[in-house]
Amino acid sequence: MANDSVLKPKATIMDEAGIKRALVRISHEIVERNKGTENLVLVGIRRRGVPIAQRLAAFISDTEATEVPVGMLDITLYRDDLTLRHDQPMVHRTEVPDINGKTVVLVDDVLYTGRTVRAAMDALMDLGRPSSIQLMVLTDRGHRELPIRADYVGKNVPTSKHELVEVRLNEVDNVEDVLIMEKVERDE
Amino acid sequence: MNDVQQLRQKHILGLAELSVEEMTLILQTSESMREIIDRPIKQVPTLRGRQVLSLFYESSTRTKASFDLACKYMSAGAVSISKDSSSLTKGESLRDTVRNVEIMGPEVVIMRHPSGGACHYLARNVSSSVINAGDGTHEHPTQGLLDMLTVLQHKEHLDGLNVVIVGDVFHSRVARSNIIGFSRMGANVVVSGPSTLLPPYIEEMGCQVESDLDHALAEADVVYVLRLQLERQSASYFPSLREYTELYGLNERRLALAKPDALLMHPGPMNRGVEIDSDVADGAQSVILEQVPNGVAVRMALLYLLLGGGE
Amino acid sequence: MGQTLIKNGHVIDPANGRNERADVLLEEGKIGAISRNMTVEGAELIDAEECVVVPGFIDTHTHLRTPGQEYKEDIASGTRAAIRGGYTAVLPMANTQPPIDNETGIRFILDQAQTQGVARVYPVGAITKGLKGDEIAELGLMKRAGACAFSDDGMPVRSARVMRFALQYSKMFGVPLSVHEEDPSLTQDGVVNWGRISTKMGLPGIPAESEVAMVARDLELCRVIGGHLHIAHVSTARAVHLIREAKAAGICVTCEVTPHHLTLTEDLVHESGYDTNTKMKPPLRTQDDQRALLSGLKDGTIDLIATDHAPHSFDDKDKEYLFADFGIVGLETAFALLHDRLVLTQALSLEKLIEAMTWRPAQVFGLSGGSLSEGVPADITILSTSDEWAVNPKEFASKSANTPLTGWSLTGRVRTVLVDGQVRLRDGTLTC
Repeated sequence: MANDSVLKPKATIMDEAGIKRALVRISHEIVERNKGTENLVLVGIRRRGVPIAQRLAAFISDTEATEVPVGMLDITLYRDDLTLRHDQPMVHRTEVPDINGKTVVLVDDVLYTGRTVRAAMDALMDLGRPSSIQLMVLTDRGHRELPIRADYVGKNVPTSKHELVEVRLNEVDNVEDVLIMEKVERDE
Repeated sequence: MNDVQQLRQKHILGLAELSVEEMTLILQTSESMREIIDRPIKQVPTLRGRQVLSLFYESSTRTKASFDLACKYMSAGAVSISKDSSSLTKGESLRDTVRNVEIMGPEVVIMRHPSGGACHYLARNVSSSVINAGDGTHEHPTQGLLDMLTVLQHKEHLDGLNVVIVGDVFHSRVARSNIIGFSRMGANVVVSGPSTLLPPYIEEMGCQVESDLDHALAEADVVYVLRLQLERQSASYFPSLREYTELYGLNERRLALAKPDALLMHPGPMNRGVEIDSDVADGAQSVILEQVPNGVAVRMALLYLLLGGGE
Repeated sequence: MGQTLIKNGHVIDPANGRNERADVLLEEGKIGAISRNMTVEGAELIDAEECVVVPGFIDTHTHLRTPGQEYKEDIASGTRAAIRGGYTAVLPMANTQPPIDNETGIRFILDQAQTQGVARVYPVGAITKGLKGDEIAELGLMKRAGACAFSDDGMPVRSARVMRFALQYSKMFGVPLSVHEEDPSLTQDGVVNWGRISTKMGLPGIPAESEVAMVARDLELCRVIGGHLHIAHVSTARAVHLIREAKAAGICVTCEVTPHHLTLTEDLVHESGYDTNTKMKPPLRTQDDQRALLSGLKDGTIDLIATDHAPHSFDDKDKEYLFADFGIVGLETAFALLHDRLVLTQALSLEKLIEAMTWRPAQVFGLSGGSLSEGVPADITILSTSDEWAVNPKEFASKSANTPLTGWSLTGRVRTVLVDGQVRLRDGTLTC
């Protein structure tokens, strides 16, 4: 049975302008760290990692005048919690360009336990043999359960375990912000 | 979250038991699975440690191989017992087989069986999920689903399509599943064949009957040719293969009566030169080979949907 | 043995046109006086208040499975099942292992009935040797040993020539040939009615013509040759029609219908999800057939109701639909099912139902029971028409439980049964 609790917004930690600033900065960091865009592939983790990756690619192409390939990765089939969930996530299509010998930047909205990233790395390895994998997240809320660290972070957001970070993007949600949500007991 | 959808069915016994929503979910999931089959490493770890058992009481090459591949691609453990090796030939009753299955405890049992309803029997007697891989002349739901998936890859939707199913509808579980599936998804299904091979009241399953094939083919978006069991001739269902081929064989002339972009399908194995000419079977409109990987994708999707969720 | 008085019941005795509240006095195992408000000093009393008192039912089509398949049923269990169902006489069919196709077989059944039976048993001998349909069995010797009819039931008499001779030959003995009408070339491997359900469920069908063609053949043979043709378990509208015409033309034909063909249709096969207890021969047919059977029963085209009680063990039924044995048990549910589905819905009068289960079977098969005439052996069944009960095969006296009615709630119940004036069932409990 579901807990008798509801999520309530506690604070807005990024707005539309803040998100844009973070992504522009990171797009520069990616190019700088990799000394250009050669061999670079951005792979967004479905679902909100995908529009973030697309925006990063657009910012990079604005400044570098080259197109960076963007892929979409569905990690449902790689999750380690399928039997623990009583609901069942939809499987979506994975569309990833050739990653053999490439530097892949995995892109996701929130980094939390690290399990999603682990699953994504497993999935990537099945799709080819990248020369390296880097990780970009819009927010890092801590509480890692696996030895995983992001290479590019939009914003570090210290949270408690009963809080939740919700990233909302225009492409998916028709609004643009990052919220901290708090679990509160439902009062009847 | 809307992104979570589940099958309400514990078993896949027939398309008759599946709603439009459930069929849509299966087809969407199959479409996602399709990509895995084209990867260099055709395996995902999703069902690692899960056990699937197949019981084939009738010979089958492609359906069995397709289920086996689906299990492998999903990393499920798969064991199959087929008629030659199983104790069916030694006279063990299905009930005793079922008891053995139950004690082995697979989470999914796939069965093909010569008796209609055998999978219903199995489902009543085991705690596993049961997937019908063909029961008598009743249903072959995974074939119906893979056929719909194949059409969906070429046409935007099934709604409003004209689907013509030609041949021995009487003895065909494939025909029954396709009639139910396509008609439920909104297609107009017409069956055609010698009147001796059209079962009574078939129109009540959601199709029209048109014995004149040329007439049936007008405006067809999909032409589905059924396999003709050659031994039906000796049982007097039709006088000769020659006459059958003349009246109901699918050839270039006949295919040209359908819409120019009509798809040609066949569940296999084909009797070339009997129910279908090689010209068209290997021609540009044929999607017969695409049906094969789609079969694997559909079966992967079903394994995921039946096993993926927890308790 | 003395006297027994059945008090306060409503007596239905179609043979004597009696349908009224009355007391029934039994003397030395025979029917004595029937009149209102009797008091008899020293008589054993059976209170039949709010009950219906009728002649014991006679089942002209029963499979007692002995000899050879006693794991399904035997004379002891089968006649007890009969008593629980209100039947005081049964006609066991000859398709045993080996078949009852000679006088030794008939004597064996009668002997078993004498030692183990609790209801009357009138054996049926085979029409052909070994039920093979090739040579006529020793009908004369079997008749002399006590056979009351001949039947290859379970199998049709395929050869028209053999059937022709059987009719001709049996004429000498004045007993009916009870025939299972089915053309094997049309039935093939069919397991359900040919039509809507066979198509939907992907099961091989048995076309109505399989029965109708054989009925037509045998009616014609009987018209020309004579003899007494009794058509067992009629299941199709068309067969009813042909029999009606034949009767009008004066052909000596009688026929029977089962409780299940009168009350159930092929839809049950689908609704039950391939329950093999819906598999029988002839198969459950359509609603049109069912309606025709009922009107045939009402207008007298169909003479009587017989159960075709066909016990099969759990193992014989717990199989794939294609492979399970044909047949269902019927003795212990017949009255309740018919009463619930036909009498309570006013499709059939209670009197007509009783007639088709008592007096008509006795007449057609030339048996002495089936009435409450003064001086006949006191075979009596007392029924409740208001008791509601749920069918539970665990309570059956039959060794077999193959009924599609498990769990069904039925109104109408057999309370008390007497054979030769002796109580065999009291308030639903066997006393033997």
